[in-house]
Amino acid sequence: MDTSRTEPPVIEVTGLHRHYGPAGSGGFDAVRGLDLTVRRGELFALLGTNGAGKTSTMELIEGLAAPTEGRIRVLGHDPYRERTAVRPRIGIMLQEGGFPSELTVAETGRAWAGMTTGARPVDEALDLVGLLHRRTVRVKQLSGGERRRLDLALALLGRPEVLFLDEPSTGLDPEARAATWRLVRELRAQGTTVLLTTHYLEEAEELADRLAIMHGGRIVTEGTVAEVIAGRPSRIAFELPERSGRFETVALPALPGAEVTAEGRRITVRTPTLQSTLTELLGWAARHEVPLGALDARSASLEEAFLAVASTPSTPEPTGAVR
Amino acid sequence: MTTATSRLLALGRAETTLLLRNRTALFTALALPPLLVVGLAEPMKQQAADFPGISTGGLLVTGLLGLIPMFVVYYNLTAAYVARRGELVLKRLRTGEARDLEILAGTAVPSVSLAVLLSVVLCGSGAVGLDLSLPVNPVLVILGLALLIAVLVGLAALSSVITRTVESAGITTLPVLLLSQFGSGMILPLDSMPDQLAAVFRLLPTTPAFQLLRLGWFGTEGSAPAVGFAGTWADALPLLALALAWIAAAGWATDRWFRWEPRR
Repeated sequence: MDTSRTEPPVIEVTGLHRHYGPAGSGGFDAVRGLDLTVRRGELFALLGTNGAGKTSTMELIEGLAAPTEGRIRVLGHDPYRERTAVRPRIGIMLQEGGFPSELTVAETGRAWAGMTTGARPVDEALDLVGLLHRRTVRVKQLSGGERRRLDLALALLGRPEVLFLDEPSTGLDPEARAATWRLVRELRAQGTTVLLTTHYLEEAEELADRLAIMHGGRIVTEGTVAEVIAGRPSRIAFELPERSGRFETVALPALPGAEVTAEGRRITVRTPTLQSTLTELLGWAARHEVPLGALDARSASLEEAFLAVASTPSTPEPTGAVR
Repeated sequence: MTTATSRLLALGRAETTLLLRNRTALFTALALPPLLVVGLAEPMKQQAADFPGISTGGLLVTGLLGLIPMFVVYYNLTAAYVARRGELVLKRLRTGEARDLEILAGTAVPSVSLAVLLSVVLCGSGAVGLDLSLPVNPVLVILGLALLIAVLVGLAALSSVITRTVESAGITTLPVLLLSQFGSGMILPLDSMPDQLAAVFRLLPTTPAFQLLRLGWFGTEGSAPAVGFAGTWADALPLLALALAWIAAAGWATDRWFRWEPRR
């Protein structure tokens, strides 16, 4: 049954602003008017360049700080003012969090369990992230990737309804990353709502029901992967032969609707209709026997969308001047 | 649901494990009392000679009751807060259900417990080994010790703000350590100092709590003739008020300035 229409969203953010430093123009606006809705059971990915405001946004939604402006509801409550109602139902994995280096993995889990409502057995949580065999090892002896997994295990300890993961797979080797993805997918299958940030695009493509790309403290694009990619041009790239002999006067055909850029002999074609443009191009190349070197044709990808967003200037706006 | 108590216990247990694994801190705490006894025996004997009715043993025990928390609570805890902040433990703890005050208190559990334990052992061995008179007002002794520890926890939290590394805690804690030892009457009685200096020293954060302890034990905080159990309460009131004011001030300042994450 689809309850998404009747149930209020699990995370609801409107008009979010976060200002650091002194009020006025002396400070810095990390988040500048952000709206976000995450429904129950959804996995939402927040993408963005470094400094786009992902972590700042996460901290506000997690209730670690109060927003300068705007309204946040997590499970129907203000996560900062009503933390007692929210914290027992959420799990948080910070981008950078630490544990005392002289405690063992199991001791760390036990301490955390004592501070977590409805905690599952520590060993069960360690097993989920594949750290059970390391339970008697001191935290200082763990690798960076193992520490990330311990962090994830603690975030999962209270069987949270909402899970916040700030760059969960950064620092993991490919195998551990795949295992983490599997785990996150399982959790979502069990109904956990997940808000994650990442700068691995394939991670968002792989996991997210919906995603948003942040830039300069705002969400620039939002939707399913297909929606975000839609409207982005496909790309054809190739290299023309040297302009000599029979290629002296070679000229590209007209490619209606496409945008052609040349960088020496290297040609890039951006087109909303990949198949027809490619047919046109390859037909021309065959008729004139032009070899197209290093030919590469690809549909629009998330990477394309991301780079397009990242390359726009982030409209630095005088602090507090607008509203 | 977890409660503040259950969270405090969970954190306190982990912190106790950490203290037991910290050989330097543990050695300091255990070696300190005997060293202080040796170091203070002679000055206390001279002091006792100046104040009839006050025994060397009593001065030694009350002095130590004040000095032990200075190192075991104040110094240890400053280093602990700095260490936990540096390892991003405090930052991680704040994402859980424990509130800020519980995190600070939980970290203090082993230091405070150790100080209390050492105090009990000290009083016990004092009763057996020295010719100790019973405290005039034991309630004030316990109250004084509790307030002293509370104000030192606050001072440790504040000192951690200006301390970047565990190593530099040795330097940043020095002003409070020196001022408190010499300014609160733990080693030298305030009455033996110039009046104006003594008046300033009486306002130091650790002075009222320590003077309460002394008052409770001897029935007088200085050279005034000792009063009985009932009489000590009147003298205790201004000390209690000042000690509580300092604890409130330290709490307010900690709430405002405590750093939960390292500087970038």
